[in-house]
Amino acid sequence: MTKKQTILLDATAISRTIARLSHEILERNNNPDNLALIGIQTRGEPLSKRIHSQISEFSGTEIVLGSLDITFHRDDFRDRLVVPQVKGTDIPFTIDDKIVVLVDDVLFTGRTIRAAIDALNAFGRPKAIQLAVLVDRGHREMPIRADFVGKNIPTHEGEHVAVRLKEVDNKDAVLLLKYDQAK
Amino acid sequence: MNLKKLPKKLVLQGGTILDPLSGRSKKGNVVIERNKIKSVGSTGGAKGETKIDCSGLVITHGFCDVHVHFREPGREDKETLQTGSRAALAGGFTRVCVMPNTSPPLDTPESIRFIVEKAEECPVHIHPIGAVTKGQKGQELTEVQGIISEGAVALSDDGLPISDAQVMRLALEYTSMFDKPVINHAEDECLRNNGLMHEGEISTRLGLAGNPSLAEAIMIQRDLELANMIQAKLHVPHVSSAGGAANIRRMKKLNPNITAEVTPHHLFFNDQALLEYNTNFKVAPPIRTEDDRKELIKAVKDGTFDCIATDHAPHTIDEKEATFESAPFGMIGLESCFGAVNKVLDMPLKELLKLLTVNPRRVMGFEEDLFKIGCAAELTILDPAQEWIYKEQNIYSKSRNTPFIGEKLKGKVRYTISKGTIADLN
Amino acid sequence: MQEKHLLGLEHYPAEDIVSIIDTAFSFREVLDRPIKKVPSLQGKTIVNLFFENSTRTRISFELAQKRLSADTVNFSASSSSLKKGESFKDTVQNIEAMKIDAVVMRHPDPGASLHLTKYVDAVVINAGDGTHEHPTQAILDMTSLQERFGKVKGLRIGIIGDIMYSRVARSNIYGLKKLGAEVILCGPTTLIPPHIDSLGVRVTHDLDEVLDWADAINVLRIQLERMDRGLFPSVREYRNLFGITSERLKKHKKEIVIMHPGPMNRGIEIDSSVADGKEAIILDQVLNGVASRMAILYLLLGGKPENN
Repeated sequence: MTKKQTILLDATAISRTIARLSHEILERNNNPDNLALIGIQTRGEPLSKRIHSQISEFSGTEIVLGSLDITFHRDDFRDRLVVPQVKGTDIPFTIDDKIVVLVDDVLFTGRTIRAAIDALNAFGRPKAIQLAVLVDRGHREMPIRADFVGKNIPTHEGEHVAVRLKEVDNKDAVLLLKYDQAK
Repeated sequence: MNLKKLPKKLVLQGGTILDPLSGRSKKGNVVIERNKIKSVGSTGGAKGETKIDCSGLVITHGFCDVHVHFREPGREDKETLQTGSRAALAGGFTRVCVMPNTSPPLDTPESIRFIVEKAEECPVHIHPIGAVTKGQKGQELTEVQGIISEGAVALSDDGLPISDAQVMRLALEYTSMFDKPVINHAEDECLRNNGLMHEGEISTRLGLAGNPSLAEAIMIQRDLELANMIQAKLHVPHVSSAGGAANIRRMKKLNPNITAEVTPHHLFFNDQALLEYNTNFKVAPPIRTEDDRKELIKAVKDGTFDCIATDHAPHTIDEKEATFESAPFGMIGLESCFGAVNKVLDMPLKELLKLLTVNPRRVMGFEEDLFKIGCAAELTILDPAQEWIYKEQNIYSKSRNTPFIGEKLKGKVRYTISKGTIADLN
Repeated sequence: MQEKHLLGLEHYPAEDIVSIIDTAFSFREVLDRPIKKVPSLQGKTIVNLFFENSTRTRISFELAQKRLSADTVNFSASSSSLKKGESFKDTVQNIEAMKIDAVVMRHPDPGASLHLTKYVDAVVINAGDGTHEHPTQAILDMTSLQERFGKVKGLRIGIIGDIMYSRVARSNIYGLKKLGAEVILCGPTTLIPPHIDSLGVRVTHDLDEVLDWADAINVLRIQLERMDRGLFPSVREYRNLFGITSERLKKHKKEIVIMHPGPMNRGIEIDSSVADGKEAIILDQVLNGVASRMAILYLLLGGKPENN
């Protein structure tokens, strides 16, 4: 298979988008004391940290921040991985009666988010769960919708959206990858 | 295997006639008339008579196995005298001695008579071995004279060692009146420590209780010393250890009445074979190390062992499909014997055949010259060079418990002639 | 994972042992959650087949299975038809016919778990087969060492006591050697199996030598019935020679981590002051037992070979 890649968002565009997402989250939830940010491993975790620092900056409030690994909650592990790469969950606060904002890089089928909501149940009963994603690329297989979307990128078959973040990949970019089925 | 009655006259044409008694061989025909040897060594074609083309084959004495278990009476689901006879014919054996560990054991003159009478109908010669002690309990002697007069050829408690040295002494002394050998399963039961396999590196890795070589060597030495003191006939069965073989080699110089046997499986396998817990390798005494195996082969070649005996021990599939710990000891061995020992011993055929014919017959006091004119025909016709894979379809025993399945063997029995019957194994 | 079953560590790939230990730490985090359950093995059915009593191992496995949301059935020899004369093969084939995904088996006979694989298609996990192996115990022991020391490689481990009849010892030896630890065995001569040095371990009968050398010791349970067979003469003498007491430990400057697979004979192979002391990680072993068994079940039942 060959691969063509187009840059959809560069580093500047990404930080602008994150700033906008942070504002939207604050606008929607006027009491930041009751907010919790939880990033989904792997790339949702650094994204949530960036949003967290923006929110602190804008509101002057230090909201609680955690990370969630949903490996053990996936329903597609059996078909995908030999040995799962587990990054670990760290939620050092109670989520009971909090408004939890889940943060992930790409929203696609919705299965990751379903697993994440499922996994959150093990930690308590939040008042509400909201979802913030950097990219929504469509093709949902679950009745799931994001509350905060950085950029909508409708994709076709053979296309894939890849998010690169400095913390994981040493650079910031959102790429559209096109695969040609080589015979 | 096709079993047929011998025709009135049968010519075994153009084979190599190998007489293990004299050690001589020649090309020619063997003629059998009315089930007896008519002539040996004639040449030329025979017209109008039933003949078997033996060109490229060796015609020799029928084999004799002094140690088999045919399970009758009591465990006819494993083997009977009839099915055991078929296994014997398939292996080239025309004469076997059955052990007394039946249910009930062969410890009375009546039980010996039962075997002798039933054996008459069988296509091979079957001789019972009587128990040394009542119920094989190792305490009170059986009616040795009665047992022998009914046809027992030796005395043994088979798998149960006579632990009490005084009982063993009495058995050797008493039996010496009748000039029959005593056979004692030589293992010190305490030192054996309920061992399931040879005690060594492999048993430690498998976590299986080990049976040390010394359990055998010590008991063999005890028996040899007692037999030497009395100058009694002692036959040591299925020697498995280098130490046991060394003791026999040494003591044989002092007492000419000592004889000993070794099994094909102790010559063929070593304890590495047990690494997968295959219960078909569970035998008593156990299969030991490669060093032991090499020493056993050496002992065959230097005459320490008089004969090869299979210790043919049938068990049901159900019993052998248990875990290693709960499976019974023993494997069948008649059908695979010649191909196995011929392959692994790699010695001159006339020497090897002695171990299967003249020597075991001498141990038990049977007729040794089977090419004598007028002698009832007991012959085996074999191809010593044929290489073949031993398969389940080569088994005629009622049981299937053998690890030789799948092994490449060398030398195959083609015909066995015994008691007026010819078994065609082609 | 390269192997379908977990029968023992003697032939188990080292990298898979490492994967299990890594995954076990992820499950340790799950066990710290308010709700300690994940849906990873939803819809999978596991039979715990115990032909020998073992409350601890069975509970540990059962808990691991429940926390992975698997359905479990317990089958113990006392409630089974084995007592009615049914063969091992019939028993296991009957269970297999009920469409199960895995069997966790404890059996008194060495090799029983390998034997089981001949009759069932399900994944087989050996929860102890006679005096042969107890791989899940060794893995939880290594997980505990990794937790305590941050590594297993290069550690010096003493295994103290009845090596002869110990499946824990055998599996620990294989596992520790594979992960690069050094192992020394210490016990009465009568309880050291022949040719054990062929497994790449040293043997000593001097406990002080081990205490001087080791980073951690794994103290095995001494079965008191061994005394009846003359393998050691008395509890007093055993304690004098091989008992881990505070006085004995005080003679050595270095602190040594103390492990015990349980159940303990307090006052015989180990003193209460040691078992409850700060260097003992015996209760961590219990918790790591659940996490390790979760990891094993998850990796053996959850994954299948990746095609791309």
